[in-house]
Amino acid sequence: MATLTEAPPPLSPTAPTKKPPRKRGRLTPYWLLLPGLLWLVVFFALPMIYQASTSVQTGSLEEGYKVTWHFATYWDALSAYWPQFLRSVLYAGAATTLCLALGYPLAYLIAFRAGRWRNLIMILVIAPFFTSFLIRTLAWKTILADGGPVVGALNNLHVLDVTSWLGWTAGDRVLATPLAVVCGLTYNFLPFMILPLYSSLERIDGRLHEAAGDLYARPATVFRKVTFPLSMPGVVSGTLLTFIPAAGDYVNAELLGSTDTRMIGNVIQTQFLRVLDYPTAAALSFILMAAILFMVTFYIRRSGTEDLV
Amino acid sequence: MPLVNWLKRHFVVIAGLLTLGYLLLPNVVVTVFSFNKPKGRFNYEWQQFSTDAWQDPCGVAGLCGSLSLSLQIAIWATLGATLLGTMIAFALVRYRFRARGAVNSLIFLPMAMPEVVMAASLLTLFLNLGAQLGFWTILIAHIMFCLSFVVTAVKARVMSMDPRLEQAAQDLYAGPAQTFLRVTLPIAAPGIAAGALLAFALSFDDFIITNFNAGSTVTFPMFVWGSAQRGTPVQINVIGTAMFLVAVLLVLTSMVVSSRRNKQKA
Repeated sequence: MATLTEAPPPLSPTAPTKKPPRKRGRLTPYWLLLPGLLWLVVFFALPMIYQASTSVQTGSLEEGYKVTWHFATYWDALSAYWPQFLRSVLYAGAATTLCLALGYPLAYLIAFRAGRWRNLIMILVIAPFFTSFLIRTLAWKTILADGGPVVGALNNLHVLDVTSWLGWTAGDRVLATPLAVVCGLTYNFLPFMILPLYSSLERIDGRLHEAAGDLYARPATVFRKVTFPLSMPGVVSGTLLTFIPAAGDYVNAELLGSTDTRMIGNVIQTQFLRVLDYPTAAALSFILMAAILFMVTFYIRRSGTEDLV
Repeated sequence: MPLVNWLKRHFVVIAGLLTLGYLLLPNVVVTVFSFNKPKGRFNYEWQQFSTDAWQDPCGVAGLCGSLSLSLQIAIWATLGATLLGTMIAFALVRYRFRARGAVNSLIFLPMAMPEVVMAASLLTLFLNLGAQLGFWTILIAHIMFCLSFVVTAVKARVMSMDPRLEQAAQDLYAGPAQTFLRVTLPIAAPGIAAGALLAFALSFDDFIITNFNAGSTVTFPMFVWGSAQRGTPVQINVIGTAMFLVAVLLVLTSMVVSSRRNKQKA
């Protein structure tokens, strides 16, 4: 597992290679690329094209579908399911913020304070990956059960009064409310925040902290002016790795939520697998994809790490 | 206020350990409830200590079948994705060629796409082709989404490799094949192993893409999903606990082995 942690996270910036290119075997790179790229073109790019064509088809399951360039499906889908779209963005955004707030101290702890416990903590962060995430999500049903210790404690501390007033929970229940779904999402994608944060924190030269301290910076100032800015690549790739899958997820909303907490992933899944309305489902998943690509591009521009992609 | 000062000084450690607790809490619950003897169909309330489920982990129809199917798929998907991904990674790091940028984006896109979008589009393709959904469509899908992760892991390792080592091997009259097998591959091995491990974990645990492309085939995550509606058997917690323990044990052994090897070298 030590090797797994050495590899930077998938979205981390790639350093430009300065090594001179080899000359021999001009066709070799193409032969190396061919099988894998063919796989991606046939089973990733081509399906997107098929889906694009499906989204402008009309017809019925019995009579078959035909491409009629019926773009109204997009408009209909958007006007029917905008609450679920909005909810996906809100829940995924809340989960991402929570992941950053919870994940940063742990990543910092592993990078700078853990000492000889570093490997053990790292194992404990990664090992849950190997227990099926569905089993772990179901465990949250037990943890957040009505009348269980967690809900009881929150009730006694009058936390639930506040969250109910905000509309995050309902009465003295946590399960089947937005809070439960956001809690599940945060939990599920937390490691995807911690690992990139850790790998960018670990690269920071500890002497920079000492230098800042020598210049009479208080610990909070050191963090604000030195540590956090230098960890930005980790923050950016962590938030992307958390937000994107969270926005498309339907497992947490299904297992921990109710019909009032359905996200866009739930709608796409239902339309595709139960209602069998393929054009609407295809249009919905295209809108989701476009929205995410748009938000990600905007976010990367704003955060000034364009070399990320 | 000594307590406040103490909390301030140890803020990072306390907050970090609390997060670690949040991360591990479900695993604790899964382990505890694997020793439960539930009254009804649902295993959400603690009733009574029992080791029944541990003595009979396959006692639920379909559970161990789905587990072995998931293992088979994960092994084949790992082999496929690791082979294809390693080849791509070497091509990207070692050679300059046209369309390098386009290739890089094609590798990046599957990781930046919500799973449900990939799952739905792949199903559209299979439906259009009239493919029979099952083992092969799941395997195809898994190789597809694991590929990018393998490429990223291997690329990172090969990029940090000193090219002079290979030049040295060639100066010592090693042929291209010999150089690759005795110098390049051993150095790249940790990256390839990390990629393979990641692919295995991703494939074994994948639910969303499998849910769309499995037809009536039931992998382990699909079995868990189905059981969540019908009533989760205790055996699922047993399997979950066992997977966690096996993962921790494997990592600990590999760490002990590698630290011993380092000591021998020193």
